Amino acid sequence: MRLTVRYFAWVREKTGLGEELVDLPENVRTVADLIVWLKTRGPEFESAFEKSDVIRAAVDQTHVGHGTPIAEAREIAFFPPVTGG
Amino acid sequence: MIRVQQEDFDIGAEIALLRADRKDTGAIVTFTGTVRDTANGEAISEMTLEHYPGMTEKELERIEAEATARWPLQSSLIIHRYGAMKPGENIVLVITVSAHRQAAFEAAEFLMDYLKTNAPFWKKEAGQDGGEWVDARESDDNALKRWETPHKAAE
Repeated sequence: MRLTVRYFAWVREKTGLGEELVDLPENVRTVADLIVWLKTRGPEFESAFEKSDVIRAAVDQTHVGHGTPIAEAREIAFFPPVTGG
Repeated sequence: MIRVQQEDFDIGAEIALLRADRKDTGAIVTFTGTVRDTANGEAISEMTLEHYPGMTEKELERIEAEATARWPLQSSLIIHRYGAMKPGENIVLVITVSAHRQAAFEAAEFLMDYLKTNAPFWKKEAGQDGGEWVDARESDDNALKRWETPHKAAE
């Protein structure tokens, strides 16, 4: 399954990427699965997702929990807790 | 209405636009968030706001729709800037318009509390030791709790 993954703030700085198109293996079914898979791709990803419980996720621009299934997703984003306002 | 933009805004002009020619308004509440020149006792020379284009608009619209559902608002406006800003500059503007003040005051506070915890913006502060990402505050998460039971403002 192919989708866009976006990274923001210090997650973006650690991965070195703002966005990428990924081809996910069949067994990646939830946001949590995706984080596990991303961490296998290199030390930058290991570092970015080291404290994965702090990292927030959005599927198709809506906040979701890590247990959310990603089967229909077109875009997934990872970022620290927001600090606007 | 919501706007996400790089440029500064003129508070007076925005209030005037929102009021338009309406005579049935009784209360207009305005909140402006600005860049402070210190953080944790250290001087800040510049602040940069990163955002998630698309999701920022979607979240602000969602937050505004929730406020409109919970309070009798005649209109409202959220403007949030992104990009580089200096101490003293405007960051965010919230205006709520209602017949009576309770709804306008409460909705404005609600919008800010929700914006602080949901709108996808991230602040980076540049001080003497380079740039640092601002940490989210527990107090902002706690501020949300008071809105858990929907308030009904007196008409």
